[in-house]
Amino acid sequence: MPGWATASELAGRLRSRELGCVELTRETLNRIEEDPGGLGAFLSSDRGEALRAAEEAQRMLDAGTAGPLTGVPLAVKDNICVAEGVTTAGSRLLENFVSPYDATVIEKCREAGMVIVGKTNLDEFGMGSSNENSAFGPVRNPWNPALTAGGSSGGSAAAVAAGIVPLSLGSDTGGSIRFPAALCGIVGFKPTYGRVSRRGLVAFASSLDQIGPFARSVEDAALLAHTISGDDPREARMRTEAPISLGGLRDRPLSGLRLAWPQQLAGPEVQPSIRATFEVAISRLIEAGCTCEEVDLPMIRHGVSTYYIIAPSEASSNLARYDGIRFGRQVEGTDHVATVAKTRGALLGHEVKLRIIAGTYALSAGYHDAYFAKAQRVRQRMTLEMDEVLAQYDLIVSPTSPVVAFPIGSAEMDHLTLKQLDLCTIPANLGGYPSLSLPCGLAEGLPVGLGLTAQRGMDESLLAAAWSMEQELGSVMPPSDAGGVR
Amino acid sequence: MARYRTSVGIEVHAELSTRSKMFCRCPVEFGGEPNSRVCPVCLGLPGALPVPNRSAVDLAVRAALALDCTIARESVFHRKSYFYPDLPKGYQTTQFGETNPIGYGGGMEIEADEGGVKRIRIRRVHLEEDTGKLIHGIEGGTGIDYNRAGVPLLEIVTDFPPDITSATEARRYVQKLRDLLVWIGVTHGKMEQGGLRCEPNVSIRPEGNDSLGTKTELKNLNSTRSLQVGIEFEVARQARLLESGRPVVQETRGWDEQTESSYAMRAKEDEDDYRYFVCPDLSPMQFDDAYLEHVRATLPKLPDTVRERFVNEYGLAERDADRMIADRAWAVWFDACVALSGSPKAVLNWMISDFAKLLNESGQAVPGGEGEPTLVTPEHLVELTRLIADEKLGGKAAKSVFAETFRTGEPPGEVVTRLGLAQVSDPEEIASLVQAILGENRPLVEEFRAGKSQVLGFLVGLAMQRTNGRVHASLFQEELLRRLTED
Ligand SMILES: [Zn+2]
Repeated sequence: MPGWATASELAGRLRSRELGCVELTRETLNRIEEDPGGLGAFLSSDRGEALRAAEEAQRMLDAGTAGPLTGVPLAVKDNICVAEGVTTAGSRLLENFVSPYDATVIEKCREAGMVIVGKTNLDEFGMGSSNENSAFGPVRNPWNPALTAGGSSGGSAAAVAAGIVPLSLGSDTGGSIRFPAALCGIVGFKPTYGRVSRRGLVAFASSLDQIGPFARSVEDAALLAHTISGDDPREARMRTEAPISLGGLRDRPLSGLRLAWPQQLAGPEVQPSIRATFEVAISRLIEAGCTCEEVDLPMIRHGVSTYYIIAPSEASSNLARYDGIRFGRQVEGTDHVATVAKTRGALLGHEVKLRIIAGTYALSAGYHDAYFAKAQRVRQRMTLEMDEVLAQYDLIVSPTSPVVAFPIGSAEMDHLTLKQLDLCTIPANLGGYPSLSLPCGLAEGLPVGLGLTAQRGMDESLLAAAWSMEQELGSVMPPSDAGGVR
Repeated sequence: MARYRTSVGIEVHAELSTRSKMFCRCPVEFGGEPNSRVCPVCLGLPGALPVPNRSAVDLAVRAALALDCTIARESVFHRKSYFYPDLPKGYQTTQFGETNPIGYGGGMEIEADEGGVKRIRIRRVHLEEDTGKLIHGIEGGTGIDYNRAGVPLLEIVTDFPPDITSATEARRYVQKLRDLLVWIGVTHGKMEQGGLRCEPNVSIRPEGNDSLGTKTELKNLNSTRSLQVGIEFEVARQARLLESGRPVVQETRGWDEQTESSYAMRAKEDEDDYRYFVCPDLSPMQFDDAYLEHVRATLPKLPDTVRERFVNEYGLAERDADRMIADRAWAVWFDACVALSGSPKAVLNWMISDFAKLLNESGQAVPGGEGEPTLVTPEHLVELTRLIADEKLGGKAAKSVFAETFRTGEPPGEVVTRLGLAQVSDPEEIASLVQAILGENRPLVEEFRAGKSQVLGFLVGLAMQRTNGRVHASLFQEELLRRLTED
């Protein structure tokens, strides 16, 4: 029954009593348990807790104190702390870690009456693009179970794309929301850095990480973004803005909207079929009144290499706390150093170790200037370049991903190729910009994402533009025989 | 044996007297159950984020200003990475770099060994967080107490090449620095509780040689005395090495309080590469003129300035002035007495004798000091000194009056009246007292007249006894003599 309904539709039916919250939750929990298509999207689900939350939401609905998302089921990426159950971050090391506190976004969702139904699979600590770096197995794409759902928020993307839940939370450090959203044919939104509190997000790269929503419509994404955003006195890098407002969501016509397409994101890295679909979508937007010009952003070329110095450097420091002493699993050694080494050696995955080593190297005395400091300078220049473009255009556009969903197992290809997949998404993280992936058609029968990036703080106008584009471009749906639930 | 010159650089860590920790709201206290003051932030749990404690930043700026530093316009926190069980996050949040610390390029004057004053240049004053503490012998193993983890620390580092050239100067520097920081309310400065820690680095070089020798760093010094003894020990140890033709090894050495000797802890080569980088969880701190003006305005007059005023305006001896500025509340109280037009000398004498003794015995203190506030007010003490100056109260009775005021808070004048302790100095009263004493002690009068002059003292004593010490001794003696020699 609920299947492909959007969150706003479900919320409406809950408010009109056409649907009971406990009933909806039970149904959702059943689908999580069934795991249609063997997607592997969920790592855990606390049935009792979810049903308790549903009863509470029903009381809000009955009392007439319900908000726009009260009673709506929510899946949460398992690197976001939820006080009940475990928060594994996709790692063996945190297999038994129970957070004593809720992340700020979770507090806000609970306050809004949302019902947390489960924690979703991810690449270990968010490090990866295909969800194959999860210690608990990959996530399959609802469009075709042989294909990856993308990463690192693969579970959250697949759960929404398959119709298991209408909304989910992910985190985006270099594209980890937008990339899987594109591969799964749904909306994924990374808000401006500092508009959503990171408190309670297991840190990967603190200057890049941002929590954001997955949804089946721009409106749903905006509703969840509105719910989780806003100042948090317990985070020191919040911007002072109020929550992302919903006010003008439907009031931004496409006519006159100025789009900039960086030629650096239109090269041979982009699969021809993707490029074709993307260009068709752009021409439809132009017909609807947008303008689109090619622009030159030379520093974007260095985005991936800059990212792969800054993100691992910060990660090497953020992950230093995983020593097995205060929480998580431990492998005992003869002394402190041996315990730390054994714990990390045995319980951290290959990709995580690779990045810790790379980051440690980039920060080491003697290499710091050549790598870390230089990467920070490139980051600054790239941001200046993008700021200039965004002063003249409303949005920077590109395909979200240069490829369509690829077979599970092929990601073991070559590390460098895999890392180039983040080419189009990384710049928004380096500059702290809000960025969204919107389904814009199919290529080779698989979804293609349109990447939209706006100036920092312009989350509302980005969402409004995306809403209008969605009216024009429509949405895509996985074939029902592939595992997607209707 | 060749003559050597000593150079000492010092790092001081002072716990800031904030109510809560540097990056979370856990309270800052001493002692208590292990791990009773911890939270996800100071335990470094996944997802926890730091929020800087505004009042710790204010105190650090305050200290930097008092130490004559330039304040950085923009100051950031760095992460210093190393693995140690007492370090929850695998890095310490601190401040790194030459012009980034909250304050830099400052200095403080101390008394030089050769006499006169000497400026000890201060290279940097910065903020950081403390680590936890290992507790050995818990169920046969080692436990970790994180109560101290995240407590705000102020680090103060002397400049290079060092200005301090002896163990005694080092001790004077730390003592004065401690007093200054306590004075401006930045730290409680309790070395024995680890609230103030100092780590000197010591090197010697043969006289006439310009380049500094290899230095060793000393840790675990928990008093200014151990600081001095420790440095003296290091200087002697290094001299012995050089005399015997062996090199001084650059290393960190621990101080053993029991044996009063140092031992090797860790060689320079073993030191980590700390991989400093700007902490991405924190925004830069910006200090504008208005803010600095505000902090400057709330800074009290510094001890050196107050001391100078006590000497120049109040005519205090240098040594007495030093005693009066040992503690700010004490100096403020003294000043308040003088402002009530008390005589500085008389007030001082009472403060350093009876008052200090009574406060000490009762564990009380003047307001703002450490301990239960005393009931004695500056008005009380000034009133007491006036009663004495006006010869309305004798010295011995004054002590009892003060003790009573101290005990009850009753003004001295009222105590005098209530207990009838007013001095007997009325000529008629004295004359009749002399009359009575002489009448009762005829034989003694004869003795006096026969030349036994010590009888006089005995007779005065009798008068004192009879009046409970209230009789004005010299007036009585005068009258007594007149009567004895008259006929
Ligand atoms: Zn704490």
